[in-house]
Amino acid sequence: MNKMTSTLGEAIRLAGLRDGMTVSFHHHLRNGDYVLNMVMAEIAAQGIRDLTVQASSLFDCHAPLVDHIRSGVVTGIETDYMNGYIAKSISEGVMPRPVVFRSHGGRPAAITSGRVHIDVAFIAAPAADKMGNANGVDGPAACGSLGYAIPDSRFADKVVILTDFLTDYPLTPASIEETDVDFVVKVDSIGDPKGIVSGTTRMTRDPVALTIARYASRVIQFSGLLKEGFSFQTGAGGASLAVTQYLKPLMKDLGITGSFGLGGITGYLVDMLKEGYFKRLMDVQCFDLQAVESIKANPLHHEVSAVRYASPLAKSALVDSLDVVVLGATQIDTGFNVNVHTDSGGYITGGSGGHSDTAAGAKLSMIVAPLYRARLPIVVDKVLCVSTPGSTVDVLVTQRGVAVNPANTQLKDSLKASGLPLYEIEELKQMAESYTGTPAHNRPMGRVVADVEYRDGSIIDHIGSVIR
Amino acid sequence: MKILRNAVAGTLESNDVLVAVSPGGGSVQVDVESIVLEQFGPQILKAVTDVAEIMHVTDAAIRLEDRGALDCTIKARVETALRRAMEAQK
Repeated sequence: MNKMTSTLGEAIRLAGLRDGMTVSFHHHLRNGDYVLNMVMAEIAAQGIRDLTVQASSLFDCHAPLVDHIRSGVVTGIETDYMNGYIAKSISEGVMPRPVVFRSHGGRPAAITSGRVHIDVAFIAAPAADKMGNANGVDGPAACGSLGYAIPDSRFADKVVILTDFLTDYPLTPASIEETDVDFVVKVDSIGDPKGIVSGTTRMTRDPVALTIARYASRVIQFSGLLKEGFSFQTGAGGASLAVTQYLKPLMKDLGITGSFGLGGITGYLVDMLKEGYFKRLMDVQCFDLQAVESIKANPLHHEVSAVRYASPLAKSALVDSLDVVVLGATQIDTGFNVNVHTDSGGYITGGSGGHSDTAAGAKLSMIVAPLYRARLPIVVDKVLCVSTPGSTVDVLVTQRGVAVNPANTQLKDSLKASGLPLYEIEELKQMAESYTGTPAHNRPMGRVVADVEYRDGSIIDHIGSVIR
Repeated sequence: MKILRNAVAGTLESNDVLVAVSPGGGSVQVDVESIVLEQFGPQILKAVTDVAEIMHVTDAAIRLEDRGALDCTIKARVETALRRAMEAQK
């Protein structure tokens, strides 16, 4: 049996790709990815049109997609996150059909249930053998975990592996297994390592972010969750990442060991694993080189699929066993609804990622954000887009004060003894506006350019075009 | 107070403002470019003209490139730029 094709074009033909089909891509190569553009250029050259791109995330490097939209090659986009030029163009109305946003848990749920059907999955593989066994830890474009590609490999009708590092058969370990792979293509390069992972994730020295992180760690300390077996997820952003720095001495003083760190893994969590603060890391996505090296070498650092990470249709997922998650926000409203899809001007600049999944699963879901950012208060009356519903958010931590969701009376009581500056969320909004002034209302939004699906598949909000 | 020369104050960092002052054409002219113009345009303009008035500046061209500075920051940057513009050339 021969799965190797001599060219990408041949693989596309053999996969039977036709007008109107759905093609999928994973985002482990992040802003260094060459594969999506390479595949879409070949598809366009073959004259295939009216395709839906089902991508776990899209970055600025995927700007050529805008041309494929204009020419009718791409007429639909479904993704968990998008930024850069493609996001700006969507906001300005380049595509007639609205984008469908899902979460990192909602996407695999839609795929495994058959609600989303993938005709051909094109999977960038940092290493693969001739039968399609593939992993993310070997080769020049190593990215670590391939967690988001795993459901695509299992459920797509046809699976094409693209690799620039062909290994002896059988490749081990294999995140993607030969049982699911139809074709293998060797290409010159699948991505630019500089855009795939950052060398090292740097800890912030911004005093505002450090104050937020210090308050956040104190909330965790008094939440009652910081005990033997503690589990934790945090982002790679300034204040979120800095929480780990304050958590370590607290765990040391209490003499406790965490059961697992989850997520998006950075070098800081790798250090905590090595130093014995956590027993395991469960990794759906590596954020830096340290994480990539660790997942390759350390048997306690595990790759997990997007399904196991966060799918609400899985019989259980890791987020369901999570104690604490620390998350960011571009806006939060007085009902604790969080926007991570748009900026304050209504432009799409991101997406849920695992935001709403971890918020729903974790026992304590915490939003960390500065009280205002470039003069715009973080707390508003109504967010421009509900990404994560307020019913799943427990507390907002800013550098000037902490507001607990009134629905969580237990946490409110627990924090009374913490010495933290506690306020109602409306008071934080007033405090912000006492510094910034009251912002004038935003301009009206135009037609719907994106539908936001909550993790259960229901439509939670719509995003309007930005009228210039 | 008389504007003698061109002067600047501030930076283009987020939450800051870059203020450039030069001799005017007979009045105080303010030109504002800001990432939050839609939300705070009138308030930014007022912060600038208030400082000019307090400093008895009646003839100056003041240009702002604002990256979301608070009023206190805008006022401090404008005051500094105006003072620098009033100093005799060394």
